[in-house]
Amino acid sequence: MSDTHGHSHEVAGPAARVAALERVMIEKGLVEESFIDSVVETYTDRFGPRNGARVVARAWTDDAYKQRLLADGKAAIAELGFDGPEGDVVAVENTDEVHNVVVCTLCSCYPWSVLGLPPRWYKSYEYRARMVREPRTVLREFGLDLPAETEVRVWDSSAEKRYLVLPQRPADTDGLEEDALASLVTRDSMIGVSRL
Amino acid sequence: MDGFGRVPYQAEEPVFHEPWEGRTFALLGAGMVAGLYGTPVFRHSMERIEPPRYLASSYFERWSIGLATLLVESGAVTAEELDAALGEPMPRSLPVRAPRLASPGPDVTEPCFRVGDAVRVRNEHPVGHTRCPRYVRGRVGTVTIVHGPGNLDDVEAHSDGKRLEPVYAVRFEGSELWGATAEPRTSVTIDLFESYLEAS
Repeated sequence: MSDTHGHSHEVAGPAARVAALERVMIEKGLVEESFIDSVVETYTDRFGPRNGARVVARAWTDDAYKQRLLADGKAAIAELGFDGPEGDVVAVENTDEVHNVVVCTLCSCYPWSVLGLPPRWYKSYEYRARMVREPRTVLREFGLDLPAETEVRVWDSSAEKRYLVLPQRPADTDGLEEDALASLVTRDSMIGVSRL
Repeated sequence: MDGFGRVPYQAEEPVFHEPWEGRTFALLGAGMVAGLYGTPVFRHSMERIEPPRYLASSYFERWSIGLATLLVESGAVTAEELDAALGEPMPRSLPVRAPRLASPGPDVTEPCFRVGDAVRVRNEHPVGHTRCPRYVRGRVGTVTIVHGPGNLDDVEAHSDGKRLEPVYAVRFEGSELWGATAEPRTSVTIDLFESYLEAS
């Protein structure tokens, strides 16, 4: 912070502050070191967009599954073994006519069970403020120039539901198995800032 | 808020950019596991960061300021203990301004709106926690999904209990939100609790 806001006495950066919080919480018996390590490991390794890619690939290859996913995202995602916090997911389907994209203007709501923790840009003031105000412009900056006739639906997650975009299956993938299809599905396509 | 530039996009990035970010994430979770606070109280602790500091702080810095605030407000740790551990004042948020609710009030589980109904967002400006963003207040939208009831964050953040309320996905046309400067064929759909809404 600058001197004008009266914080010029501050020397410690965020790493030092968090180290101090950790020492105090351990002293008070509020947390153990092993808990911290296991949380960091879980969110680094267990959750991530590859889970969502499995869901999308299944929906592309099994129409009954796709219908279940669109009707009750949480239950359909749990069928594939993915659950956890922030898991009350609604899947929204892209079509030739409609493009969906997800934001959280209030904070950083994101479907952890299928995408993991959100990337830094998703949490940025720039994305949060501008995606609702000028979605076509922001998408163009992401390299996605949608035709004027395509409807753009922005989903601002603000209560308990989290949103997952079901991207369209790319052309010329008829012969591919589910595993190969899953490898084509990107995080960005499931947020809605790109198409496949 | 308006006037921000390009989104700072990175195609590839680590889940935690620095070790202290992951530790902040875990410590915040530990406080929840210990029963010191829930999600609405945590979110509000960050909303109470003084605005210049809020804007100048990174995402996980805001988490760490919220955590320091809640450790003290919950009575688990004193401000002096935090300051002593750091060797200088530990940044914390401003005090809660909203009055404490004597009771969470009765649950509402039967939705009063249906898909297709036109609803207006009440033009209310609470000083406490809310999940109703300013940009939809006073605006008219259409209910597109009736979700099951959810815990009203506004109540959970400021009382000892919870209140269930129906939640709706409400779609607002771009022109309703942004007038003549709206981009064509765009809409924003947002989940709103029933008490944020009135029939239009």
